[in-house]
Amino acid sequence: MRCRSFPLLPVAAMTKLRFHIRFPEEKIPEPVIYQIGHEYQVVTSIRRADVRETTGWMDVEFSGETAEIERAIAGLRNKGVLVDPIELNVVE
Amino acid sequence: MEKMKALICRECGKEYPTEALHVCELCFGPLEVKYNYEEIKEAMSRASVEAGPKSLWRYKELLPIEGGPTVGLHAGMTPLVHAKNLGSFLGLDELYIKNDCVNQPTLSFKDRVVAVALTRARELGYETAACASTGNLANSVAAHAAQAGMQCYVFIPGDLEAAKVLGNLIYRPKVVEIEGNYDDVNRLCSEIAGERRWAFVNVNIRPYYAEGSKTLAFEVVEQLGWRAPDQVVVPMASGSLLTKIWKGLNEFKKIGFLKDVSTKVNGAQAEGCSPIATAFKDGRDFFKPVKPSTIAKSLAIGNPADGYYALKTAAESGGAMEAVTDDEIIEGIKLLAQTEGIFAETAGGVTIGTLCKLVKQGVIKKNEVTVAYITGNGLKTQEAVVDSVGRPYRIPPSLVKFEETFGQQGAA
Repeated sequence: MRCRSFPLLPVAAMTKLRFHIRFPEEKIPEPVIYQIGHEYQVVTSIRRADVRETTGWMDVEFSGETAEIERAIAGLRNKGVLVDPIELNVVE
Repeated sequence: MEKMKALICRECGKEYPTEALHVCELCFGPLEVKYNYEEIKEAMSRASVEAGPKSLWRYKELLPIEGGPTVGLHAGMTPLVHAKNLGSFLGLDELYIKNDCVNQPTLSFKDRVVAVALTRARELGYETAACASTGNLANSVAAHAAQAGMQCYVFIPGDLEAAKVLGNLIYRPKVVEIEGNYDDVNRLCSEIAGERRWAFVNVNIRPYYAEGSKTLAFEVVEQLGWRAPDQVVVPMASGSLLTKIWKGLNEFKKIGFLKDVSTKVNGAQAEGCSPIATAFKDGRDFFKPVKPSTIAKSLAIGNPADGYYALKTAAESGGAMEAVTDDEIIEGIKLLAQTEGIFAETAGGVTIGTLCKLVKQGVIKKNEVTVAYITGNGLKTQEAVVDSVGRPYRIPPSLVKFEETFGQQGAA
């Protein structure tokens, strides 16, 4: 198992990837994490989270095949959820 | 016992060995260096500091390296200028400018953090330095890597100004322009940092890198005659600098160099990228990421890694936060140049603009010892002021024309 923030190249290997995801206000009531688990072959482990009435974020780990995690990330973005590296901004 | 005890998670407190780690495996919180202050207290005195090198390495006991410094030997110990003219203009008796415009070798405060990061990176066996940057950090990493004989990769957005690209190329790193928007650059650099065994200074070396900022607190205390200022004004990008100045002040208290710390730590941002200052003013303990749009590009971090901790620091110290417009940034740059002869980059304009606001609001008072941190040199961001500084007088080579223009007394 490898463990890193984002995949560099899609390979058919099992991996664990870490992300910081943010929910716009209108997405907070939606069971987005549940949906992702159903729609894609990924297992989600939530490590820290702060979800409130008007804002929400989670630090999560997705386990699965790299390509499938990438599809899940694209799926999250399509749902309007913002997905960043666990380090947030690394460009200074 | 080692002076560095461990890396410790800022969220859950789990400890890790002092390796190239930056995220807690348990809760994904950021890691920072935990020290053995009792041992440091024994090893360090005011006299030993004063007898040390004229650089930030005079505080090496409080920096995260195991041996001696090997990279960036001349960084730090920049002037603390008693800004009497600007102070008089603002109605402050004891205003000081911490002038990192003249930091060595690349004229910004980044030389501090990079000196520490690459010294530690070499201790950890790294041969390649890397960073993702829009300016000052890239310059500093490229220069220090050249001096250290390290391979160097600098990742920049594809639309960076030519002058800034040149400022990297001269040191001959591998400069990689990435096509795509800011988020694409950010994401790719995070990916690469996870893949390569490189010292990515602000990613896997970040716990060590960030510690270099503490020296801006240490030096000010020493330069003020071993006393802490009443107020500091600090520009915020990731928010790390502000938190580390506070950490540095409190470390001096821990080792007995200061009896007490009652410094108010104030944060400064540009309105076009002010997630932290906006959250503070709204009374929130969380920030909302933004898309930056400001001339202060060195502060344009819309999703700041240390934003939460910066908010916590300002609250803990009793400080405030403000944001200024692009026009106020330019006015701030001009005001500092025209009163103190210091040409700061746009981040300096943010600091001075915010200082002006905090004085006007009565947050900073006449008799308080106040330090404004100027973190970069104006020669790097000339495009920001090129249209607001006027033009030279143009005359033929004739004494008559000169006197017609300036009069007999030489006044225009």
